[in-house]
Amino acid sequence: MSLELTFWWLLAIKLAVAAAVVPVIGMVIGYAEMKLSAHMQSRVGPYFAGGRFGWAQLIADGVKFIQKEDIIPEEADRPVFKWAPALVMLGTMALLVIVPVHPSPRYGIVRDLEVGIFYALAISSVSTIGVLMAGWSSANKYSMIGGLRAAGQLIAYELPLVLATVGVVIQAGTMSMQGIVSAQVAQGWPFLLTQFIGFAIFMIATLAELTRLPFDMPIAESELVMGYVTEYSGFRFLFFFLAEFANMFSMSVIAATLFLGGYGLWGINPETLFSPIILFAKVGILIFLMIWLRWTLPRLREDQLQTLAWKWLIPIAIVNIIATAVLKVVL
Amino acid sequence: MQGTFAHHLSEAAVSVELETEGMTLNIGPQHPSTHGVLRLVATVDGERATNVRPVIGYMHRGYEKLSEVRTYPQIITIINRIDWVSGFANEVPFVVAAERLMGVEAPPRAQWIRLVLTEMARISSHLVFMASYPLELGAATPLFFALRERERVLDLLESVTGGRFHPNFNRLGGVKPVYAAGPVTKKAGMDIPSGFLAETRDAMTKVLATCDEIENLVAGNEVFLARTKDVGIMPADIAASYGVSGPNLRASGVGFDLRKVSDYLPYGDFDFDVPVGRNGDCWDRWWVRLEEIRQSCRIITQAIDGLPSSPLQAKVPRIIKVPAGETYVRAENPKGEMGYHLVSMGGLGPYRLKIRSASFSNLSILPWILEEALVPDFIAIMGSLDFVLGDVDR
Repeated sequence: MSLELTFWWLLAIKLAVAAAVVPVIGMVIGYAEMKLSAHMQSRVGPYFAGGRFGWAQLIADGVKFIQKEDIIPEEADRPVFKWAPALVMLGTMALLVIVPVHPSPRYGIVRDLEVGIFYALAISSVSTIGVLMAGWSSANKYSMIGGLRAAGQLIAYELPLVLATVGVVIQAGTMSMQGIVSAQVAQGWPFLLTQFIGFAIFMIATLAELTRLPFDMPIAESELVMGYVTEYSGFRFLFFFLAEFANMFSMSVIAATLFLGGYGLWGINPETLFSPIILFAKVGILIFLMIWLRWTLPRLREDQLQTLAWKWLIPIAIVNIIATAVLKVVL
Repeated sequence: MQGTFAHHLSEAAVSVELETEGMTLNIGPQHPSTHGVLRLVATVDGERATNVRPVIGYMHRGYEKLSEVRTYPQIITIINRIDWVSGFANEVPFVVAAERLMGVEAPPRAQWIRLVLTEMARISSHLVFMASYPLELGAATPLFFALRERERVLDLLESVTGGRFHPNFNRLGGVKPVYAAGPVTKKAGMDIPSGFLAETRDAMTKVLATCDEIENLVAGNEVFLARTKDVGIMPADIAASYGVSGPNLRASGVGFDLRKVSDYLPYGDFDFDVPVGRNGDCWDRWWVRLEEIRQSCRIITQAIDGLPSSPLQAKVPRIIKVPAGETYVRAENPKGEMGYHLVSMGGLGPYRLKIRSASFSNLSILPWILEEALVPDFIAIMGSLDFVLGDVDR
């Protein structure tokens, strides 16, 4: 019997790894968020829980959530209510399939699609449906407003997100994620240097997609109680949070791949096993940025959010595309 | 049956214009940002409110009625629960009212201590605002800055009075002597704790430093400015006609401060400014309160530098009876004007005590100011008015 793994076995293992990464990363980022917010705000728990480093805080929180009763409101649309958190999580998991962590075509990526970015942007909208389902099925006015706000926000910010990546695609000449990374590795510098406008727009739109501060109107504790998750409790509630953290990871991975050169770093041979570490380090920086912003900024108002997207980000992104295209032809 | 089809047709033509109905949204009484148990019945059209009606009374504790069956020293215990964020400031105008009817005046040292502690209550109340307001707009970090300083101030209050929220420290004719400070004797030597003055001086510099920190963190923030500038504008004449007072009125450009006008405490001996806003929007209300913290620090520093020495208690009879009469004392409380209309028939307790609380009047402007507002602005506007439900319902 040959030791070579068949195509399907390999695919199954890679998918299992990608699926296992999501909750683990979710917990790691959850812990990071706790620790960072504790350092920014002198919160006590994450310093001392469990003795050192506050390691027990995350476990305590997890146990707390699991202990709680899983309440489903009487008026709720039960199946929709139950499946919404899973769907939110699904969009995140499906996103990791096209992330290259190593140049090896066989082991470095689950599936290198020719239309990689296109797939990423399309599949990241699946979680929107989950949010809408949660908002609608809860039979609660606050949830409803939260779900509708989320839908409006995600429609508005999907556009700048797509437009911001077009510049990269033009420069790389391919939509394949592996191709974009190898283009950056080949030229020796990341696209950030030329596509910095695209990067800024992408990060802002990402924050809005993730519904994190300053764009967390769909949740907005002080206005909508807890937005679309108002009626959720226990493990389902936790699911939304894990999905948010995992989503932070997958969006950061895509940003790192498109703009920061993915696993490539100047002077280091990408064929080594350092590649995944380099990629994760870049992702870590982006996630730190997101957490930092979250604990610093207040939230915008719904109309200000729409103004920002339609009147500023989208025109700037279009100008960026035109400039990139013209320069690509001229140079 | 004839004409049904035509009838349907005409109905179809009419129903092209969809009839929409506003959604009634009950905000509160259990809601994260109604500061307790305020209920707003809002009719909203999407995100915009067409009509807002505040419903109050969920926290009515009947203090005015209770006062009629309590003796004067007992009343002091309950009235510092009216606005619990600044408990000490509630006591002062009441004792001053009773003292005026009795013809007694507290000794200078007692008056100055009252003044210092009132200003501390003001600082702690405004710091709660500094903490909660950005939080309501979504920024969590200023909360920790402000509450850390508030804790410092509350520790000082506690070291003198023994209570953080409900000091119960005023007595008719003075303030309660403290045993904790020095040797436990029942004669002279009972005074404020020995290290109090130095600690206060130290704390005030720290509070001032934190004010700068908060200003750096919040005031320079584009998002905060976008949320507060030109939001919830309250013209001076409208504000005055609703009886809005305190920092909310001053933010609208009216430089009216009872500390400058009334003489319930010896504010005339102090040098301080009354910060006044320009537009009367949420931003101005935030800024005025930040400035007031700074001015209060100034007052406290002056007061502990020149604290006169005298006994803490004037001569009053053992069983206090207030002669028949009627008086109204009003004071500049952190939330606005607080007044006690005291009617005495010469008994052990008042015949009638009418409490004019600041938050009640400040809240009355809500239907006017929230009309046509966006739901997210509800929170920005309500938070900026800084009311406490205990002060509204009494």
